Amino acid sequence: MHGLSTFEPKNGFVKWLEARLPILSFAHGSFVAFPTPKNLNYWWTFGGILSFMLIAQIVTGVVLTMHYTPESTLAFGSVEKIMRDVNWGWMLRYAHSNGASMFFFAVYIHMFRGIYYGSYKSPREVLWILGVIIFLLMMATGFMGYVLPWGQMSFWGATVITNLFSAIPLVGDDITVWLWGGFSVDNPTLNRFFALHYLLPFMIVAVVALHVWALHVCGQNNPDGVEVQDIHKDCVPFTPHATMKDSVGIAFFLILYCWFIFYIPNYLGDADNYIPANPMKTPAHIVPEWYFLPYYAILRSIPNKLAGVIAMFAAIAILAFLPWLDTSKVRSGKYRPIFRIFFWIFVASGIGLGYLGAMPPEGGYVLAARILGVVYFGFFVVVLPLLGLFEKTTPVPASIADAVLARTGSASSVAASAASAPQTKG
Amino acid sequence: MATATTVEPTRRDFLYIATGAVAAVGAAAAVWPLINSMSPDASTLALASTELDISAIPEGQIVTIKWRGKPVFVRHRTAKEIADSEAVNIATLPDPQADSARVQKPQWLIVVGVCTHLGCIPIGHAGEYDGWFCPCHGSVYDTSGRIRSGPAPRNLEVPAYSFLTDAKVKIG
Repeated sequence: MHGLSTFEPKNGFVKWLEARLPILSFAHGSFVAFPTPKNLNYWWTFGGILSFMLIAQIVTGVVLTMHYTPESTLAFGSVEKIMRDVNWGWMLRYAHSNGASMFFFAVYIHMFRGIYYGSYKSPREVLWILGVIIFLLMMATGFMGYVLPWGQMSFWGATVITNLFSAIPLVGDDITVWLWGGFSVDNPTLNRFFALHYLLPFMIVAVVALHVWALHVCGQNNPDGVEVQDIHKDCVPFTPHATMKDSVGIAFFLILYCWFIFYIPNYLGDADNYIPANPMKTPAHIVPEWYFLPYYAILRSIPNKLAGVIAMFAAIAILAFLPWLDTSKVRSGKYRPIFRIFFWIFVASGIGLGYLGAMPPEGGYVLAARILGVVYFGFFVVVLPLLGLFEKTTPVPASIADAVLARTGSASSVAASAASAPQTKG
Repeated sequence: MATATTVEPTRRDFLYIATGAVAAVGAAAAVWPLINSMSPDASTLALASTELDISAIPEGQIVTIKWRGKPVFVRHRTAKEIADSEAVNIATLPDPQADSARVQKPQWLIVVGVCTHLGCIPIGHAGEYDGWFCPCHGSVYDTSGRIRSGPAPRNLEVPAYSFLTDAKVKIG
C-alpha cells in the first residue's frame, strides 16, 4: 500500500541518514503518503483517538508513579497525598483514572466499528487478532491499575478476579497462592500488580506497533468494504486528509474526556474505593469498573464456578475467531440488511449485560443475564455462520470511487469507471 | 537441512540436538527462580497460630478473627442450629459432608470465612438456612458452613484447630 510515496531526499544529511537507516522515508510512506480510502467516516478516527489515549495514559502514569507508594500500609495514603498535596496531583490522577474509562469507551467503539464493517475479514485476520490481544492486555492493565489505590473496591475486586484462577481443576488453588504471593491478597500482590501495571502498557505499545504494521500491509478497510483497486482514484494521502480528520476526532473526544476530568471525575468510580482496604470486611456489593461489567454479568449468570469462569473468558476469546465465524462474502454491514439488525441486537445485548453486571446477583437480573448471554454467544456461533449462507445482500459497488461518486450524484462517471478494466492495487 | 542427500543421522546431528537439549534445560533452570520468587516468601510461610478465648461468646453469636490474613468464623451454635445441621440428608448436598465431620464439639463451628466461589466474606445469620450468605455472587451456606445453593463449589473450609481448654481454642 505504499503506492503514493514521493519521498526523495534532497538534503545532504537526510541522504546520508537514508543510506544508513531509512527511517524518514519509512515514516513518510507510513504517515504522510500512505494511501487512505477516500470514503472513511468518523468511526475511523478511533484508531487515532486510541493512540492518543495510550500516550496520555503512559505520560500521566509515569508522573503519578513518582508520587505513589506501592506498599499496602502506605498506598491509600499516597493516593490521598497525590489528591491533596502534590501540585496538580488531583488533575493527573483524575486524568489517569478517567483516561482508563475513555480508553475502553474508545476501544469498544473501535471494535464495534470493526464488526459492523467486517474489518476482521480476509486479509485482515491477523490485524484483528492483534487487536484482540491489545484488548486483553488493556483489561489486565486496567484491572491491576484499579488495585493500586488499595481501597475497598481495589482489594475486593483483586480478590474476586484472582480467585477466578482457583476454578482451574487440580492446580487452581496453587496458582492462586502463587499469584498472590501469600494466602490472600496482600502486600506482595500489590507490589507485583504495580510492577506489571507499569510493564503492560509498554507491551501494548509493542502490539500496537504490530497492529499498525499489519494495517499498513493490508491497507485500511472502509465503510463500503471493497478493496482499493486504484490508489489514485480510491485513495487520498494520509497527510493531510486522515491526519486532519483524526485531529478533529481527537479534539471532540478531548471535550468529552475533559468534561469527565473537570466536572464529574468520580462519576464512573465507586464510592467504596475511598474506604481503605479492609481484608476483614467485604463491601455489600462488589462491582468492577464499568468496562468489565458485561463479562462480569456473564460470569455471575452461571451457577457453576468453573463454567462461569470459562464462559467469561470465552466471551472475550470468541472475538479472535470472528474472521472464521462470519461466513459472508460481503464485508461491510452497509450491504447486509439482516446482519445490520443482528448487529444492533448484539450491541444491545452487550449494553444490557453491562447494566445487569452492575445489579445485585438475584432473581430476575440473573435470568435476564442468562438470556442476554445466550444472545451474545448466539451472535457469534449461530447468526454469523448462518447469515453467510442465507442472507440476501444488496449490490456492492465495484470500487470505492464508484461508491463515493454514487453518493455525490455524479452518476455518469460511475458507469465510465465501472467499465474500465480493474487496475492493480498498490 | 543442508545435506538433504544424507539419510543416516551423523555425529554432528547428534551433537546439535544434544547441545540444544542442554541449552533448553539451562534456560528452564534459569526461569525457575523468577517464577518461584513469586510464591509466598519465608516470612509469609512462618505463620503464627491464633488463640481465642471462646468463653465470652454467647450462644447464637459468630465471632470473626484473623488468621493467615483471612477471617475465621467461630460460631457458637444454638441447639436448633445444631439440630438443623444434623438433620440434613447429605446426599442432597453439592459438597456432601456430615455435620459431625465438620465440628469437634457440636456447639462450636469453626470455618474459614472465605467464600469458596471467588473469595468474598459471607454475611452471618443470613440466607435461606440462616447460616451465611455471600453478597458477591449469591452463594448460600447453612449453619454447618456447607454450600447449599449458588455458584460456590465447596463447603466453607474447616481450618486445623484444637481446644486447649474448654474456654480456649487454638487455630492453626
